[in-house]
Amino acid sequence: MKKQELKKWHELPIGGLILDMGNSAEYQTGEWNPNQVVWHEDTCTQCFLCWINCPDAAIKVKDGKVIGIDEYHCKVCGICVEVCPTKPNSLEIVSKETA
Amino acid sequence: MEKGILKETKSKRRKVYLTGDDAIAEAMRQINPHVVAAYPITPSTQVVEAFARFAANGEVDTEFVAVESEHSAMSACVGAAAGGGRVMTVTGSQGLAYMFEVLGVASGLRLPIVMAIANRALNSPLNIHGDHSDTMAARDMGWIQLYSENGQEAYDNIIQAIRISEHPKVRTPVLVGIDGFQTSHMVETLTVEPDDAVKRFIGAYIPSYPMLDIDNPILYGAADKPDYYMEHRRSNLEGMIHAPEIIRQIGREYGELTGRHYGMVEEYRMEDAEYAVVIMSAVAGSVKDVVDQLREEGVAAGLLKVRAFRPFPVEEVISSLSRTKCVAVLDRCGPGGAQGGPLFLEVRATLYEEESRPQVINCIYGLGGRDLPQRYIRDVYLRLREIARTGERGKLVDFLTVRE
Repeated sequence: MKKQELKKWHELPIGGLILDMGNSAEYQTGEWNPNQVVWHEDTCTQCFLCWINCPDAAIKVKDGKVIGIDEYHCKVCGICVEVCPTKPNSLEIVSKETA
Repeated sequence: MEKGILKETKSKRRKVYLTGDDAIAEAMRQINPHVVAAYPITPSTQVVEAFARFAANGEVDTEFVAVESEHSAMSACVGAAAGGGRVMTVTGSQGLAYMFEVLGVASGLRLPIVMAIANRALNSPLNIHGDHSDTMAARDMGWIQLYSENGQEAYDNIIQAIRISEHPKVRTPVLVGIDGFQTSHMVETLTVEPDDAVKRFIGAYIPSYPMLDIDNPILYGAADKPDYYMEHRRSNLEGMIHAPEIIRQIGREYGELTGRHYGMVEEYRMEDAEYAVVIMSAVAGSVKDVVDQLREEGVAAGLLKVRAFRPFPVEEVISSLSRTKCVAVLDRCGPGGAQGGPLFLEVRATLYEEESRPQVINCIYGLGGRDLPQRYIRDVYLRLREIARTGERGKLVDFLTVRE
C-alpha cells in the first residue's frame, strides 16, 4: 500500500492540474471491499471478455494470457464474474478472509 | 459605420463614434483571439453580432463558435483555453447566471479567459436594462471584475484585461462590465488605438500547460477529496492576491502608450473632500457633474469611482476615504438580505480598523435601468453634510427614486 505525504498548498501545481500522467495507477482503490475476486486458471478459456469489460483495468495479463486479478485496484464490482462465459467457474467473489 | 474604412486607417490612432457594445467588439477585433464562443443576450448581443461580422469578413482569424447557450459558451471557452488558446466571450444577466456553474471551473483551473459583460438586471421580474446584480451575484466566483464608466473605458479595459489575466502572477479570468443600454447602446466619441499598437501591447499568447501539447500530457479538472480541496482553494487565491499590483502596473503601462491612465480606482476632487460618494460604472459621470456644481457652491464634495471591484481596492479606499467626514456608497444592486449592497459592505469592512473613519451610508439606485437624476445625487451629498453636522445618521440603506 502506497501512502503519500500530503502536500502543502504552495507545493501544488497551478489550477490543481495533474502533471504526472497515469498517476491513477498509484492510487489504491481495492482496499475498502471486504470481498475480493478470485480467478481460476483451470477453467479459464482466455476469451478476454473480463479484461475488456473491467472498469478499472484490473485483469492482469502477461504474454497475451490472463494471469490473475490486480487486487490493488479491483473494486469487486463483479462485472467480470457476470460476463465470463464459464460463469460461475473461472471468476468468483469470495470473502477476503476465506481467500 | 466601420465598413468602407480602408485598412490603412486602422494603423493609426483615430477618433470614432461607436456604441459601447461596438467599442468592445472593436477591441476584440484588434485582440484577434483564437476562439470566441458566445451566445447573444440583450444588451450585449451587438458585441457578438459585430464580432461575428468581423469573423465572417475575414477581419479576424478567430474560430467563432455559435453555441446553443451561455452554459455551453463558457464550457467551450474553458475547453479552448485549456487547449492552449486566447479565448473571449460576452454575456450578461440571465446569460451570466446560466453559465454560473462553469465560472468556478474557469477560475479554479486558472484559465485566462476575458469576458465582456453588458450589466443587466436579473429576473424576476424580467428586465433587460442596466444594473449590477448579475456580476454582483458572481462576485465570489474567483473572477477579476473591472467596471467601465463609458465606451472609452470599456475599450481600454478589454485590452488591459488580456494582459492582466495572462500575467504569470495572476492567471485568473477577468470580466469587464459596462452598464446595459446606458453604455452598451449609447453612441459616444472615443479614441481607438492603432491595430499594431494593441497587438504589441497584448503580446503573443504564451499558453500554460496547453492540452493540445500531446507530447507533455496533463490532466485538467481532477476531483479532490476533503484532504486537498482547501489547499487547492488557498493556492488559487494567489492570483487574486497579486492582481492589484499587476492591475496598477498594466494601467500605468497603458497610460504611457495611450495617455489614458488607469488604476484600481479613479479619484475625482478627493484631495480635500469632506463628503464623498463611492460608485462604479456609468452613473459616476453624473456624480462628477454634481461634484463640480457643489464645489462652486462651496461644498467639499468628491467622488471615489471603483474600477476594480474584485480584487477589492483596499489600499485606495482607505487612503481616499479615511480623511472624509461622511461617505455614501451607491450600489446598483439590491441588498438581497444583507445589511446593504455589495459595494457598501466591502467599503465598510475595509474601513473597520481605521482609527479615523467616516460615517458610511448606503444608497441603492438605478435597479432595472432606473435613471438617477442629478438632483437625487445632489440630495445625497447634502444629506451627508447634515449627518456630519448633526451626528444623526438616519436610514442606513436608502432606495433612491423609489416611490413609497
